[in-house]
Amino acid sequence: MTQVLESYQTEDGRTIGDVVLDLKNITLRFGGVEAIKNISFNIRQGEIRAIIGPNGAGKSSMLNVISGFYTPQEGEVWFNGKPRAPLRPYQVARQGIARTFQNIALFEGMSVLDNVMTGRLNHMKSGMLSQAIWKGKAEREEIENRERVEHVIDFLEIQSIRKTPVGRLPYGLKKRVELARALAAEPNLLLLDEPMAGMNVEEKEDMSRFILDVNDEFGTTIALIEHDMGVVMDLSDRVVVMDYGRKIGDGTPDEVRSNQDVIDAYLGVSND
Amino acid sequence: MFYREAGDFKTSYQADNQTFPIAFDRYRYWFVLAVAYLVIPFMINDYWASAILVPFLIYSIAAIGLNILTGYGGQVSLGTGGFMAVGAYACYKLMTAFPDVSILIHVLLAGGITALVGAAFGLPSLRIKGFYLAVATLAAQFFLVWLFNKVAWFYNYSASGQINAPERTVIGIAVTGPNAPAWAQYMVCLVFVTASALIARNLTRGTIGRTWMAIRDMDIAAEIIGVNPLKAKLTAFAVSSFFVGISGALFFAVYLGAVEVGEAFGINKSFLVLFMVIIGGLGSIFGSFAGAAFLVVLPVALKVVGGDWLGWPTDMVAHLQLVIIGLLIMFFLIKEPHGLAQLWKLAKEKLRLWPFPY
Repeated sequence: MTQVLESYQTEDGRTIGDVVLDLKNITLRFGGVEAIKNISFNIRQGEIRAIIGPNGAGKSSMLNVISGFYTPQEGEVWFNGKPRAPLRPYQVARQGIARTFQNIALFEGMSVLDNVMTGRLNHMKSGMLSQAIWKGKAEREEIENRERVEHVIDFLEIQSIRKTPVGRLPYGLKKRVELARALAAEPNLLLLDEPMAGMNVEEKEDMSRFILDVNDEFGTTIALIEHDMGVVMDLSDRVVVMDYGRKIGDGTPDEVRSNQDVIDAYLGVSND
Repeated sequence: MFYREAGDFKTSYQADNQTFPIAFDRYRYWFVLAVAYLVIPFMINDYWASAILVPFLIYSIAAIGLNILTGYGGQVSLGTGGFMAVGAYACYKLMTAFPDVSILIHVLLAGGITALVGAAFGLPSLRIKGFYLAVATLAAQFFLVWLFNKVAWFYNYSASGQINAPERTVIGIAVTGPNAPAWAQYMVCLVFVTASALIARNLTRGTIGRTWMAIRDMDIAAEIIGVNPLKAKLTAFAVSSFFVGISGALFFAVYLGAVEVGEAFGINKSFLVLFMVIIGGLGSIFGSFAGAAFLVVLPVALKVVGGDWLGWPTDMVAHLQLVIIGLLIMFFLIKEPHGLAQLWKLAKEKLRLWPFPY
């Protein structure tokens, strides 16, 4: 276990701050099935936190607990130093938590631009009457937020497809648009559910670079689920390992890699 | 060839956000408006007004309303006829209760009342989707028609059970009642259509429209990005019903003048407007106009071509109309769910490159 400090510097010079999200003794049941069994871990400001484990370990359920889809039967979610009452997902979004999905959940009938603009929803406050006549606040707000969105589009290098309907895009680009939509919300905490699933090496490299850049440039705290161990060990500051709903390891990539339980359950032994 | 956007650069987001970003489209839009406002009123006669133009305009508003709910919001509704009846009866009660207030205000208020009723009937959409929601709105349709038949207060205890529009004037010119000239009826409807289309377009391109479409395309992802599903669905029902209510009020007060609820606003009306939206194009304001125009013109065209020119019996023409509409619905649902609007868009995309597609 890493020693708990107020804040510390990583080797590459980023500052990892205080605890943002603290999960305390979370237990989640579906009927008789315990998907998550008494798990506690925290996510610190500015870090990249990975959740790994074999299929069915409860990683996605964990993310769903954080983003408000599931309410755990036991345990507490502390966000920004306060215990969080059970919230609906859209209320969680308003607190500054954004996420992407394992199997892309974009709005297929809308253009890339509209998808990303939807991410700005919580920053747009104009009323319906103002929008109906499209003058004053509504138009101003639309243009201001468009500028923010263009910044994100620029950042993720999807300028050329901004007017394309999402349904027409290939898989890799859809993943990137989904990240753009989450980023447009300017979240404090970004949850990525298998951002590199089904990608080839080149696309994975691109995505890894984007994740690091997001963390570095915007200072966004990131929690991600990923199966590619190379990527996880390279990207993340700390790793949680789950197996059958239990936490079996927690620490820096090096600590996790040498943890015997983790090797037995998930990593295995290389035969070279 | 003549349809180009090359060289038409945008230098501000404002210019990029406009409704018709391509200059040619913009000119055509102004041209259509100019013809509608400055040419047609002087050429219109009773036949054109009552057979085509006025019903086209009124159905356009209804189709815009239903398109907001079904095309943008993704919530199927079979209650359009019922909501039009709410608009009509609200307008009737207001006209008779406050004869001194302008009819234009009554029509708007009727839309507002329908919006409230629509939002109330939209409540089940929070729990049920798709087919089941359609059945729930069907219940609204039958309930509302039954209500207006049953409760005599709604038709001011008239012996026939009908409601009749008294004569009302706008700046001294009768727009309702038997003495209203065709051009006045047309102008009133045109003003409402223009305003409705502009408002609908503004709402659908802005934040509210995006929340509707987000709920339509993937409600889970919409919620995670911060869309309150309750608010999104109920506003879609309310705004949609607002337009449907206005169309119902105009249909009664300006177009028909006298209404028997089961006949004018029965389930057939719900289906007719739904067909307009499907044929015209789900999720498109232009499609609402195209669908309304198509289904208003089709029976008239068939009657003229089949009945008057070819001398077919009238019952055959009427049946032929049902067959054609049925075939078209099947064709569009299977081949082109986005309707005439999408066909138009594809044609434009092709035209942009024509005659050198590569």
